[in-house]
Amino acid sequence: MTAGGLSSLLVLGLIAIFLGYQGFEILVKEGFSFITTSDWIVETDTDGAIVNTKFGLAAMLVGTALCALMAVLIAVPISVAAAIFLSFYAPSSIRNFLVSVIDLMAAFPSILFGFWGLFVLMPSAEYWAKLINKYLGFIPLFEVEPRFFTRSPFIAGVVLAIMIIPIVTSISREIFSQTPLDRIQAAYALGATRWNVIRTVAIPYSRGGIVGGSMLGLGRAMGETVAVYTVLNIVYQINWNVLFGAGGNVASLILLKFGEAQPYEVQALMAAGLILFLLTLLVNFTADQIVARYGSKGR
Amino acid sequence: MSQTIVKPSRPWLPSPRERATDLGLLLVTFLTSYAVVELTPMKGKLAYFFVFFFAFALYSLIKGSITRDFMNGVDQFFSIVMLLGMTLVIIPTADILYTVFDKGRKGIHSGLLTTDMGLATPSDPITNGGLLHAITGTLILVLVALLISLPIGILTALYLTEIKGGFTRPIRFLVQAMSGVPSIVAGLFILSSIIYPITKSYSGLAGSLALTILMIPTIARTAEEVLNLIPNDLREAGVALGGTQWRTVAMVVVPAARSGLITAMILGVARIVGETAPILLVTGGGDTVNLDPTSGAMGSLPFYIWKSFLIGTEESIARGWAGLLVLLVLVLILFTLARFLGTRRMK
Repeated sequence: MTAGGLSSLLVLGLIAIFLGYQGFEILVKEGFSFITTSDWIVETDTDGAIVNTKFGLAAMLVGTALCALMAVLIAVPISVAAAIFLSFYAPSSIRNFLVSVIDLMAAFPSILFGFWGLFVLMPSAEYWAKLINKYLGFIPLFEVEPRFFTRSPFIAGVVLAIMIIPIVTSISREIFSQTPLDRIQAAYALGATRWNVIRTVAIPYSRGGIVGGSMLGLGRAMGETVAVYTVLNIVYQINWNVLFGAGGNVASLILLKFGEAQPYEVQALMAAGLILFLLTLLVNFTADQIVARYGSKGR
Repeated sequence: MSQTIVKPSRPWLPSPRERATDLGLLLVTFLTSYAVVELTPMKGKLAYFFVFFFAFALYSLIKGSITRDFMNGVDQFFSIVMLLGMTLVIIPTADILYTVFDKGRKGIHSGLLTTDMGLATPSDPITNGGLLHAITGTLILVLVALLISLPIGILTALYLTEIKGGFTRPIRFLVQAMSGVPSIVAGLFILSSIIYPITKSYSGLAGSLALTILMIPTIARTAEEVLNLIPNDLREAGVALGGTQWRTVAMVVVPAARSGLITAMILGVARIVGETAPILLVTGGGDTVNLDPTSGAMGSLPFYIWKSFLIGTEESIARGWAGLLVLLVLVLILFTLARFLGTRRMK
């Protein structure tokens, strides 16, 4: 049984070792410019031999962070509101049904979100992007020049937000349910309304846990491949304008380049995979620490 | 002697008058949102939606303040805000379900589950070819992945709940970390550790191994939760009867947790059945039925859906939706099974 228990260690270790081994050559050759530059060039001569290569992930890393952060910014307020509704306002008759729906949503495969996002959400999201640009365009983040809204990081962020909502909602709900009953009842006994209880007891008590849950959502959003690939236009240039139709994503880059890649380029993709792996590991580790510290104890 | 039977009153239920007020409020809100959208340049469903909730929250604030006091009004106001959050969660789910059933319906035909794509191209009329290769492929991938990850996942859970050795904390953390591994990284790992150095060709087995990495943490964590619910009395009784720890676990604890462990298994399957990214990297995705996981490209539902949508002709997109419908129905069946077993366990 100990062996079974330690298998997870083995697998995680092997992932790092093999990706590192395959990507070693690229990581050594490119050095720090692998994560600080944005070019992804493979030049071949007429015989198909590689004459010049340049690999950089900066645009992809910025794009990944941008999409994931946007997803979290959209998803967390909605999820926390839904969790509060389920924990404090919903009549018990519909609560179980709604919880089932959210659990079901968490079990949807990502390819479903991806193609739903592409065919159904994209036209609406483009319209929302135009509205935001029209009324908030003076903020540099929302500038769009030239006016090209299709397949922007914003749309990818919305799709990712819908994907992580069930995760953040169920974690928040679990944490709200750990609020000590005596404090809630003490507040009610002092004449508090439900909203007073939520604001003064439940939210302060659950804050750390919700931050941790949001970071777990962030980790999931950063590693998502298919749902982003279908709705994002991948461009090898750092782009901070979230509404403009050009973005980057490490996982999608791997999928995009894999089909046509020659062995040498695949090594670069392995290195990219290693960076992504370490990044999500870091985010998940931080999230776990936060949940473990605040999740059960409160402030 | 006459006796008056007192009808039990239920003061916590809303009185007819309160119900009427609530209904009136809702009606007024509808009228307001209609009027606002008609009279101002705002238009579309989005405007209706937000004006409705804005007006609803505002009216609730006013009504609550009048019937009791301002604090009550604020409480009513925020209950509507939270309801808005809940609605925003439900709408995408409902829309996904509706879209897939609506669009996938058109791709259903008699040969869908009995023919493969060996003699048909994706752009042929929808009645040519079917999903047989994809369904058998997915079943084989999932079955092989299950055979590998079920023992490992349950052993991990048993280590965490029964042995509670010195590695409990690090292992719990590692399982958590493993559940955060991006699916494409799992695919790249199999590519770099098995396909390039050893087999040098795509196969179903490679796909199963990639899925195993994603499945183990789900099974281990659910199984751990289930095993924690088994009362300690059972373990103590087993040891008191002279059983070793191994025999107690194998003969008492695991049988007692059986339906819960099956739930863990089903949740693990639901997690991987639609997993796409690693499948795209390592299985190769054939168009004909291939029952041998160790050699040859193997088709699967996610691969079929992916390919159909990327080809992009009208027929192939219809095929993609049909594939998504089949996949969604599979997920729904697994989910309902897990729910059913899960609730039965509680009783």
